[in-house]
Amino acid sequence: MTALPPSRAQQEARRRFLRSILFGSAAVGAALAGWLPVAKAHAPRLRPPGALAEDEFLASCIKCGQCVQVCPVKAIFLADIDEGFGIGVPYIPARDQACDFSCDAVQCILACPTGALSHSISKKEEVRMGIARLDKPDACLARQGLGFKGQARGADFPGLLRYEEIDRWNPIPLADHPYDLELCDLCVRECPIEGAITLAPMSTDAADPRRTPQVTQACVGCGVCEMVCPTEPAAIVIDARAEWRPA
Amino acid sequence: MSLIQSLAVMLGREPAKPKPEDYTEAARCLHDCKRANKRSREDNARIQHEIHDRARVHTWRNRRWITLLVVNLLFVASYQFDVQLIEGALTASRVIGFHMADLNSALQVTLAFKTILINLIIGTGTVLVMWLLLGGRSFCSWVCPYHLVAEWAEALHLRLAARGVVKDHALDRRTRTVLYVVFAVLALASGYTVYETISPTGILSRALIYGPTMALAIVAVLLALEVVYSRRLWCRYMCPIGITYAVVGAVSPLRVAYTPEDCHHEGACRKVCLVPHVLDCTKKGYAPDVKVGIGADCTRCGLCIDACPTGSLKFEVKGLDKLL
Repeated sequence: MTALPPSRAQQEARRRFLRSILFGSAAVGAALAGWLPVAKAHAPRLRPPGALAEDEFLASCIKCGQCVQVCPVKAIFLADIDEGFGIGVPYIPARDQACDFSCDAVQCILACPTGALSHSISKKEEVRMGIARLDKPDACLARQGLGFKGQARGADFPGLLRYEEIDRWNPIPLADHPYDLELCDLCVRECPIEGAITLAPMSTDAADPRRTPQVTQACVGCGVCEMVCPTEPAAIVIDARAEWRPA
Repeated sequence: MSLIQSLAVMLGREPAKPKPEDYTEAARCLHDCKRANKRSREDNARIQHEIHDRARVHTWRNRRWITLLVVNLLFVASYQFDVQLIEGALTASRVIGFHMADLNSALQVTLAFKTILINLIIGTGTVLVMWLLLGGRSFCSWVCPYHLVAEWAEALHLRLAARGVVKDHALDRRTRTVLYVVFAVLALASGYTVYETISPTGILSRALIYGPTMALAIVAVLLALEVVYSRRLWCRYMCPIGITYAVVGAVSPLRVAYTPEDCHHEGACRKVCLVPHVLDCTKKGYAPDVKVGIGADCTRCGLCIDACPTGSLKFEVKGLDKLL
């Protein structure tokens, strides 16, 4: 005896079931694919001040961008879907716009509704975003004994920086503040953290103008040095998430 | 309909005709009366005409679209023009300084982070009370930006379907329940807010406020599927946010109420409804009482109220008439 062919209703029910499995799996698959960029990320992103350890940060961030909204220099951006589970999570592209702490009270931390930017930090000196590192020593102007004249990043650079001596409260475009320096010390001069970076002589000869930037334990990794560095690409960069190690 | 039944139908059970003993005396009487009154051919023509005329009524839809646009534009304006009324995005925000957190986003964060966050408790508490009062899934139809674009995609789908260009392919409604559990388990197990990666609500809300992103491709794919393959695919069968708010809506006093007395049982309401299983009671002889509250899954969108030619469906605040 042969089985009856399935009725129309049975066929539709079967197709509906298969469709549900297909679309359900596709949604879960697409969401889980967000793990790939997280797993493959070779260089961590520079996160705003107070960010928890990366895994905890991705878990606790509710992807609302309130930190973006309060930043006076608009240094914070939200990652796109190419960062997978990191979608909607804030980062700071320091070379384009560093965190210069012109808000003073770490506003992004105060704005964060989940504590993904840890509320245990109350002043800029306590922040640990990463550590500055002289990436291209040969390009560094100070190491060559060279000065710098003009706008640090050219006339078209939109980045902002607060100059306490010009306006205590409002950051201005870097392009509006040209320099004329006998020896380039921009990274030291504009660093918002006292003693985080110094220039050290490169020889015992007092007439030798060459100096080398030295990063100290006080560095919080805000990225101002990377932003203001006039060489292209920047001689000094931030290693995001790095911790200080004595040289 | 009991709360349990209402929740079960929301989670995917097919609605069933009430058992004979579940009808109230008044309802039984009403149904008997209606069965006895046979409609003439002229009556039927008049009713079809009325339904046809009602299709041009968009009172509640327009109110809803305006609300939805205003809420989302307030988010945009708060940031772009520094108005600071609603800072943040739909996932979490500060409304004139008060924390608000989307229930589903807060749940994902709590499961992934495995920590109770005081600000999230405050934020979800405020939102919970707000949507308890305002109807739960009214979040979907009155606030969620994806709902609006999905309505436009739906209009296109229906137009194409009427010409026979496309056909609607239904999914099993339990898909959404499974997805809800899967995404909750994934957040807990992986420690990442897995669902947020594809959440069209979050993606659209952020894109509106902070500028367009590649992630909008997800929204585009969903809309394309809804136009050519399955009517309201995401909101109807898949979105876990809908379940979160439906649970809140199950006990909300603000709801659509159905009074069968003048109803012609032609089903104009079910044709426009995103979740027609909640309107099962409008079928002839299905209403267990002379007034029935519409179930948990109802988004309070008001399309059925606009479509109804007899005023049998109306918004009400449960218990308000007794209070006054």
